[in-house]
Amino acid sequence: MSTLTDPPKPGFRLSQLIYDTRYRSITIQVIALALIVAAFWWLGNNTVNNLNALGKDFNFGFLNSAAGYDINQKLIEYNNQMSHGRAALVGILNTLLVAFLGCIAALIIGVFVGVLRLSKNWVVSKLMAVYVEGFRNVPLLIWILLIGAVMSESMPQPREFRGENATQSMYFSDNVAVTNRGIWIPRIGFTNSVSGEEAVAPVEGAAAVASGGLDWLLVLGTLGLSLFAMRLVRQRADRIQQATGERPTTWYQRLGLLIIPVGIVLFLLGATIVSPYLKGFNFTEGIHLRNSLIALWFALSLYTGAFIAEIVRAGILAVSKGQSEAAAALGIQPSRTMNLVILPQAMRVIIPPLISQFLNLTKNSSLAIAVGYMDVRATLGGITINQTGRELEGMLLMGAFYLALSLVISGGMNYYNRSTQLAER
Amino acid sequence: MSDTPITYVRDTMLPQQAPPTSEVGPVRWARENLFSSPMNAILTILSLYIVYTVISHVGPWLINGIWDADSLSECREIIAAKGDGHHSAACFGVITARWHQLVFGYYPSELYWRPVLALLVFFVGIAPVLFPSLPRKLFIVSMVAPFLCFWLLWGGSIWLPISIALGFGVGVVAFKLLSVSVSSLVAIIGAILLPLIYWLYLSGPLAAGLASIVPLGIEFVPSRSFGGFMLSIVIGLSAIVISLPLGILLALGRQSDLFIIKTCAVVFIEVIRGVPLIVWLFTAQLLLNYFLPPGSNFDLTLRVIIMVTLFASAYIAEVVRGGLAALPKGQYEGGDSLGLNYWQSMQLIILPQALKISIPGIVNTFIGLFKDTTLVVFIGLFDPLGIASAIRATTEWNGIYWELFLFIGIMFFISCFSMGRYSLYLEKKLQREHR
Amino acid sequence: MKKTVFFGALTVAGLTAGMASAATLDDVKARGSLNCGVTTGLVGFAAPDAEGVWEGFDVGVCRAVAAAIFGDPTAVEFVPTTGQTRFTALASGEIDLLARNTTWTMSRDVDLKFEFVGVNYYDGQGFLVPKALGVTSAKELDGATVCIQTGTTTELNLADFFRVNDISYEPVPIETNAEGQQQYLAGACDVYTTDASGLAATRATFENPADHVLLPEIISKEPLGPLVRHGDNEWGDIARWTLNALITAEELGVTSENIEELAATPGNNPEVNRLLGTEGELGAQLGLDADWAKNAIAAGGNYGELFDNNIGENTSIGLARGLNAQWTDGGLIYSPPFR
Repeated sequence: MSTLTDPPKPGFRLSQLIYDTRYRSITIQVIALALIVAAFWWLGNNTVNNLNALGKDFNFGFLNSAAGYDINQKLIEYNNQMSHGRAALVGILNTLLVAFLGCIAALIIGVFVGVLRLSKNWVVSKLMAVYVEGFRNVPLLIWILLIGAVMSESMPQPREFRGENATQSMYFSDNVAVTNRGIWIPRIGFTNSVSGEEAVAPVEGAAAVASGGLDWLLVLGTLGLSLFAMRLVRQRADRIQQATGERPTTWYQRLGLLIIPVGIVLFLLGATIVSPYLKGFNFTEGIHLRNSLIALWFALSLYTGAFIAEIVRAGILAVSKGQSEAAAALGIQPSRTMNLVILPQAMRVIIPPLISQFLNLTKNSSLAIAVGYMDVRATLGGITINQTGRELEGMLLMGAFYLALSLVISGGMNYYNRSTQLAER
Repeated sequence: MSDTPITYVRDTMLPQQAPPTSEVGPVRWARENLFSSPMNAILTILSLYIVYTVISHVGPWLINGIWDADSLSECREIIAAKGDGHHSAACFGVITARWHQLVFGYYPSELYWRPVLALLVFFVGIAPVLFPSLPRKLFIVSMVAPFLCFWLLWGGSIWLPISIALGFGVGVVAFKLLSVSVSSLVAIIGAILLPLIYWLYLSGPLAAGLASIVPLGIEFVPSRSFGGFMLSIVIGLSAIVISLPLGILLALGRQSDLFIIKTCAVVFIEVIRGVPLIVWLFTAQLLLNYFLPPGSNFDLTLRVIIMVTLFASAYIAEVVRGGLAALPKGQYEGGDSLGLNYWQSMQLIILPQALKISIPGIVNTFIGLFKDTTLVVFIGLFDPLGIASAIRATTEWNGIYWELFLFIGIMFFISCFSMGRYSLYLEKKLQREHR
Repeated sequence: MKKTVFFGALTVAGLTAGMASAATLDDVKARGSLNCGVTTGLVGFAAPDAEGVWEGFDVGVCRAVAAAIFGDPTAVEFVPTTGQTRFTALASGEIDLLARNTTWTMSRDVDLKFEFVGVNYYDGQGFLVPKALGVTSAKELDGATVCIQTGTTTELNLADFFRVNDISYEPVPIETNAEGQQQYLAGACDVYTTDASGLAATRATFENPADHVLLPEIISKEPLGPLVRHGDNEWGDIARWTLNALITAEELGVTSENIEELAATPGNNPEVNRLLGTEGELGAQLGLDADWAKNAIAAGGNYGELFDNNIGENTSIGLARGLNAQWTDGGLIYSPPFR
């Protein structure tokens, strides 16, 4: 005789896989897994068949063969006799560069505009609103094309700097040249280089300079040590303040620590400023910030900046009015309320959407080819694929790169977010 | 002293005086709003200077624009004939001559009514979703609308969309029957498998058979003829509509307790979101053929729509997940306590509320997607930018630049801005309803 | 081999492009139209007009092939391709024929597994510079900024040229010809380099064409021609002999004007008769109608007419025949005999 409270019969019936909630979840997962495995098998099988039919194989050997094409902006040494893999690396570095610069500029623009849009100044707030709406509602690709075209149309050509009656002149006592091919700024060269690199005289008669990586490593190393020493000084000041209640004045010590060692190293290496000058068709020497970089950087940061401005505005509006009133009551100057009271609190609301904007900017940098910026999409995903016919391998590598970059950025920012987030009570 | 005569007592109030000029009207407004502090004054002057520079450069170019020229050289002649240094003037003639291509691409001009009608049908179709006050019966229109739009856009035999729509009917019927007779799990599997089998093996012959018996149809237009804003809208709208169910499933999968399902959903969403759309478009163009059985081939526009749909579904999934997370836990527990199973509680309690919260996010996703459709120019489709370069490749208009981009930019601005306003309005309305 | 794939139903609607199979001709005939890959727009070679009708020199080849198969020059679907997407489009069977000023190179022929069916334009890479620059030779371009289109052979040629001459340059990669033109005119690059025909076509549309010169150096051989997939020789033959028919027609003086008359009243030139199908079985050998070549020539005229109407000296592009004259006139255009 059975009652309702009888325990379920031991033993396992097949129908339990469907009706029993304890087993059903396993059934579902097994079916799902089987389907996924089957789908991947199907795709893989098709790919193998297709590759066979086309007489192609799947290997990454093409990365070692000579690329044959030139890249204008290269952060590492590269020429057209080097491999496709090296070209891809140049492209990757270019992507990272523009993404990094873009994120910083977009953040600065976004914060400024977001704050100014809440300004009581009618003209300013309306202008900012026009900027934000204009950039948010027009595709980025159009902005990249337009900004690129505006820059090449409106700035002077290098040839206008030439001759007796040049119509254009360089800025900052002939140190900076702004042209429609980019901006040339001075660089630092070393007359007593330790890197063993051959020193070349930039202008006839001038001292020979080299700019080896080793020299810069030395300078950066010194800078790092200085920063570490500065921290020690600050910690000592903190300790004294804890013990005596009086904080010793340290700013001159810290400033000295920052400037003097680096200055000495630079002096010993014989650092000189090498200015750009016009030679032949273009300026030479100095650092060439190409138009493509500037246009892409501008377009990306203005576009993303408009989105960040809205995020910042929402974040500021989310801080209750009582906070700024409290700040006023405490006698904090109105000009400092924003920095000291509002923004730190708004940050909690701002950071999560900010991360996704940074991610968007990084991904959007793949539109670089529209202005001829040689990022990874243009080198590996463009010319290399086209010259070698290795679209499967090339696209896989490129997808993996972007995915890894996105995961690293979002991982890093999430970590930062967690560490700055207030513990909820 | 009481007897001291009071020499003067005012018995009438003085009339109110006009405030000083610095405290009224435009002057006061300017003082308070524009010049309240030195910093503000500097900002104001700077802003005004920027506005002046832009207007003084672009203004004459716009105002002197030539609207009636058939080619760039003709336009240049008109400008030169005007003389008096009016060297810079826009040639809007390109827009009057080619606006139909910018809007419809190479769609046959006598059939322009079809895409327009399709758009109207779409609006009628989403009306019951956006305006809950409309009668529920209109949802039937929403269900028919996608098929009607498809038929209007591509044309061909009417039996094809009908036979495809029947597949969904097969699914619903299978679900109803199986969930009563067997179990809900089997019913779901059946509701997915049966329509797939139907679409793969039956719908084609059925449509062909019906078409041979009753040949009803309109002129077929290949998707290669699609272009301009019409192509952007078709890609954007179909991607967002098809990605909604996918995105909901992904969002539910990501919240699921089942480890494998959850992992798959997370991996899918993160992979799709981690890689730029342009890479996915190139995948659609270059790689999709590798993944399909040898010898099969898709129309490029269709491949792009599939890829953009997958792309959008990952974003929609995140929006819906936000909506799901925003619901109080009590709603989930309420569903459980009523004894509803998972799908019932989702369908009856959770999703209706979560989706309502998500609508502004979905509209924003659509705006982003609509803007991103410009990227298809890189794989050779004629979106507005593609049409612009095709126009610039003709002998008449070779060398024209700003006018086309200006026109395209303004069109995008108008549509995206108004949709953005609508989503803001929805957000405000939702906030009010919640309080 | 045909497979019904996912969305098989849509095949009925013609939404899916044809299946690539061993017999391209059968597929094309079953579909009722030829899928021909062209550029997304290059003045004179392929561009859609205000009504969306494609026209140009490369387009003419597509139309001739369609006319040879169907007798109808409008039975073509033009598939615009970019420099990056053209080869995959052909390899995957999305298009049957690629007529997109593509350079015949060994690696494309052998490694990418395509078959060039002939040359319809002999080109070479040239340099366009502003006259004001005072440059007379490409070897004086040390340090110059050069605009190049990516995804083409030109960037490889350019790298080779500057390396061989041991001079430096700054490449500015650009996506389309229109962008290159805009950059060049704005002075963002000193030199614009691409195929000489493209340079001439581009220069023709400038506001002041006389302010710009083509440098004398032609740094590469660029035989441009239509191509098909490896492995379907029958289909390759149709494309090859259609092109040859156009060339032979010019050589024999068969034009779109006199072709009807010549076909109706066969003369005593046996080669003309064989070409127009009034004698012999050449059409049947290709698996086409006897009047295939007549249709192909009638579609847009013979080779010379196509050239003159689209890119010749009387058009705004104004290219001289040069290397592309008939061999009888000292050019390289030469067709094997029709027999």
